[in-house]
Amino acid sequence: MGGKEEGMRLRYKDLLGLAHLTSEEIELILHTAAPFKKLFTRSIKKVPTLRGKTVAMLFYEPSTRTRTSFELAATRLSADVLSLAVASSSVQKGESLMDTALNLEAMKVDFIVLRHSVSGAPELLARGVRAHVVNAGDGNHEHPTQGLLDLFTIREKKKKMQGLTVTIIGDILHSRVARSNIWGLTKLGARVRLCGPATLVPADMRTAFGNGVEVTYNMKEALDGADVAYVLRLQLERQQENLFPSLREYHEFYGLDAKKLSWAKKDCLVMHPGPMNRGVEIDSVVADGPQSVILEQVTNGIAVRMAVLYLLAGSSSTLYVPAPEKAVERKAL
Amino acid sequence: MKSAAPWARAQRPSESVPRRRPLLIRGGHVVDPRNKRDEIADILIEGQHVQKIAKIIKPTREMEVLNAVNLVVTPGLIDIHVHLREPGQEEKETIATGTAAAASGGFSAVACMPNTVPPLDNVSQIQFVMMKAKSEGYVRVYPVGAISKGQEGAELTEIGAMVRAGCVAISDDGKPVSSSKLFRRALEYARTFGLPVIDHCEDPDLARDGVMNEGRLAAVLGLKGIPRQAEYIMVARDIALCELTGGNLHLAHLSTKESIALVREAKKRGLPITAETCPHYFTLTEDAVADYNTNAKMNPPLRTEDDRAAVLAGLADGTLDVIASDHAPHTRAQKSREFDFAPFGIIGLETTLGLVLTELVAKKVLALPVAVAALTDAPARAFNLPGGHLSPGAPADLTLIDLKSRHTVKEFASKSRNSPFIGRTLQGRAVATIVGGDIVMQQGRLKKPNL
Repeated sequence: MGGKEEGMRLRYKDLLGLAHLTSEEIELILHTAAPFKKLFTRSIKKVPTLRGKTVAMLFYEPSTRTRTSFELAATRLSADVLSLAVASSSVQKGESLMDTALNLEAMKVDFIVLRHSVSGAPELLARGVRAHVVNAGDGNHEHPTQGLLDLFTIREKKKKMQGLTVTIIGDILHSRVARSNIWGLTKLGARVRLCGPATLVPADMRTAFGNGVEVTYNMKEALDGADVAYVLRLQLERQQENLFPSLREYHEFYGLDAKKLSWAKKDCLVMHPGPMNRGVEIDSVVADGPQSVILEQVTNGIAVRMAVLYLLAGSSSTLYVPAPEKAVERKAL
Repeated sequence: MKSAAPWARAQRPSESVPRRRPLLIRGGHVVDPRNKRDEIADILIEGQHVQKIAKIIKPTREMEVLNAVNLVVTPGLIDIHVHLREPGQEEKETIATGTAAAASGGFSAVACMPNTVPPLDNVSQIQFVMMKAKSEGYVRVYPVGAISKGQEGAELTEIGAMVRAGCVAISDDGKPVSSSKLFRRALEYARTFGLPVIDHCEDPDLARDGVMNEGRLAAVLGLKGIPRQAEYIMVARDIALCELTGGNLHLAHLSTKESIALVREAKKRGLPITAETCPHYFTLTEDAVADYNTNAKMNPPLRTEDDRAAVLAGLADGTLDVIASDHAPHTRAQKSREFDFAPFGIIGLETTLGLVLTELVAKKVLALPVAVAALTDAPARAFNLPGGHLSPGAPADLTLIDLKSRHTVKEFASKSRNSPFIGRTLQGRAVATIVGGDIVMQQGRLKKPNL
C-alpha cells in the first residue's frame, strides 16, 4: 500500500463486479475510502469533489440500506442525486431497461447506480450508456460495493488480509454478496470457507473462483480457526423450493449462536450484510455481541461508496469486455 | 430407407408447369453421398428433375449452361429444424423471409417447427403453411405438425390428417413431451404412417428457470443453470420408448456427451433412431455467454469443451446423422433484454454451411462427402423426404458451393439477426441454390421458384 497507488486510476468506466478488478484496483479503492471515513467525524461531512455531477439511482428491487448509503455517499461528495424507483413488478412489463437507460443518458447523468433482480443487467446497461454504471447488486451475481465495504471493515479491524480465514455461512448459491466477497478476499490473499447445506452451496463453487476456496457442510470444521464469520441473509421463501426443510432445522445446523461462534478464534469478527433475520441465521446475542462489527459495516459502506464514485469519475472511458479466452483462463485456475 | 405408406406423402411438384430450357451444370465437383459420387461431372436438369449425370454431357443450343468449374455441386441442402414463426410471430420471421434466408444459406428445403402462434396442430394450419410456402416461399417447406393439441402435452393431434395435408414429422418442439405415456402413444400411432417423431429432450422440472449450462461458469455469473442431466434423462427415456414401440425416433439438437453415448449404444442395438446436432454445439462452448451475451442464449444451452469434443466425435462416427440449424429468429428488442428475460434461440440458416465447412471440413473432422451427407442424404432419410440425392429422376434441387470464398458474417436475408457468429470469418459458402430446376439464389441474389 501507500505511495504506489498515487496517480493510479481504475481501468474501466464502470464498477460491475470485483471479478473484473485487479488486487491493485481493490487496494486503491480501500486506500481512497480511509480519508473519506475520517470526514464523518467532522461537523461538516461534505467535500466539493463531485459538485455539478449527477448520480441517478435506478432501483428495480426494493432496498433501504444500499440505496440510502449510495445517496449519502453522493451527497457528501456534493453530487446531485436523482432517484428512480421502478416497481419490481414492472421489471418485465414496463419500459425496457435499455430504454430507461437511454432516457437517463439523454438527461446527461454522470453515474447510474443500478440495483436489479437479474444477473448481468449492469453489463447490459454499461454497454449502452456513456455514464459510469455502478452495480448496486444484480441478481445472484455480484454486489461489489458490499464486497468492498466488507474488505474495508476486515482490513481495518485485522490490519491485514493476507492469510486470514473468512468463513461465509448460508445461502451461497443465491448470494451476490458471497460472490463479491469471494473474489475480493481471494484476490487480497485471504482463504475463504463456504458453509451451508449442500443445496445452497454448490460443489462447483470450490473451483469456480480459482484457488483459496474451501467448501464444507459442517459448521465446526468451517469455523475452526476462523478470523471472520460472515453470515448471509437467508431468503425465507427458499424453503418453498425444498432447498431446506424448515427454518428450525436451518437454525439448528447453520444459525450462528454463541456456541458455534466459540469454535472460531477468540477474536473472530461477526459480520452480516443486513437486514438480519434474528433467530434464523444469526442469534441476537452474537449479532449484538462484542465481536460483531455489523454496524461498522454500515458506516464504512458510505466511505467506500464515496471512494468508488470519486475514482470512477477519474477512470478511463474503457468498457470492460471479457475476452472468451479470459473466461477459459479463469476456469483453468 | 423407412417405408412410407402410399397415402403418407403430399403430391410432389408436377410437370405441368410451362416447359423451360434444360439446365446443364458443367464441370463442377459433384458430391452426392447417397450415390457415392465424389468426382467432376456434368448434370443435366430437365423440367423439375435431374435427367442425367455423366463425366461429360455435350451442351446443345437449347440448353441453359451454368458453369460450375471450381465449385462443389451437392444435392440441395435440407435443414430439418427451422422456426419460420408464421403464423403469429411475423415480427421475427415469415415464410417469405425465412425461406429467403434458407436459399441464401444454400438450403433448398426446410422442415418448419410447429411452435407458431397458434401452433401447427391441425390440418388447416398445415395447409396454411403449405399454401403460403407455395406462393411466397423461395425453397421447399415441409411442415412438422404438433404431437399434442396446443402443444400442451395432453391429447394427440389428428396426425393422419396432418400427414395427408403434407406434414412430414411430428414434434412439440420448444417443449418436451413430459408424459412418457403420451410419447409412447405418439411413437406407436405415428408408425401407422411411417412418420418420425421428434423430441426436444429436456426434463422440464429439472430445467425450470434455467438459462445456461449448469456448472462453474453459471456459479460465477449467478445465472440459474440447466443441468446436462435434464437432456440425457429424456434421451434415455425416449430410447426406452423407442425400444418398446419400434417407432421412428428423431432426437433434436443434442448437446451433451452423455446423450451422444446413449444414442451410440442404442443404434448399435439396431433401434430406429436418428439424431441431430447444430453448428453452435460443435463450434461454441458456454464461455460464449461469459459477458451475458443473449445471442449465445439457447436451449439446450451451450455446454463445455468436453461436450463439444463429443459432438465432433459423434458426427465423425455417424452417431449424429443430421446437422440442422435450429434457426430461431427473435427481434433485436427481445434479445436486448436482461439475460433471464431474453428468449432462447439463435438464427442459423445463413451460417450453418459456412460453419460446417470451416469447423468440420477445413479442420478435417469430417471428409467433405460425410459433411454433405449430414446436410442432404441423412435429413432426407430421417424425414422420408424426396430430395437429398442426385439420382436420375430426383427433384432438381442442388446447391453450388465455393469452398474458397472467405466472408465475414454480417448481413442476413432473415428478418432477425440474433446470431453469436456476427463478425466471424467463415470459409466456404453457397453461391447458388436450385429448387425444382429453378435457380432461386445466385451470388446472393434471390428469385422465386416456379414450383
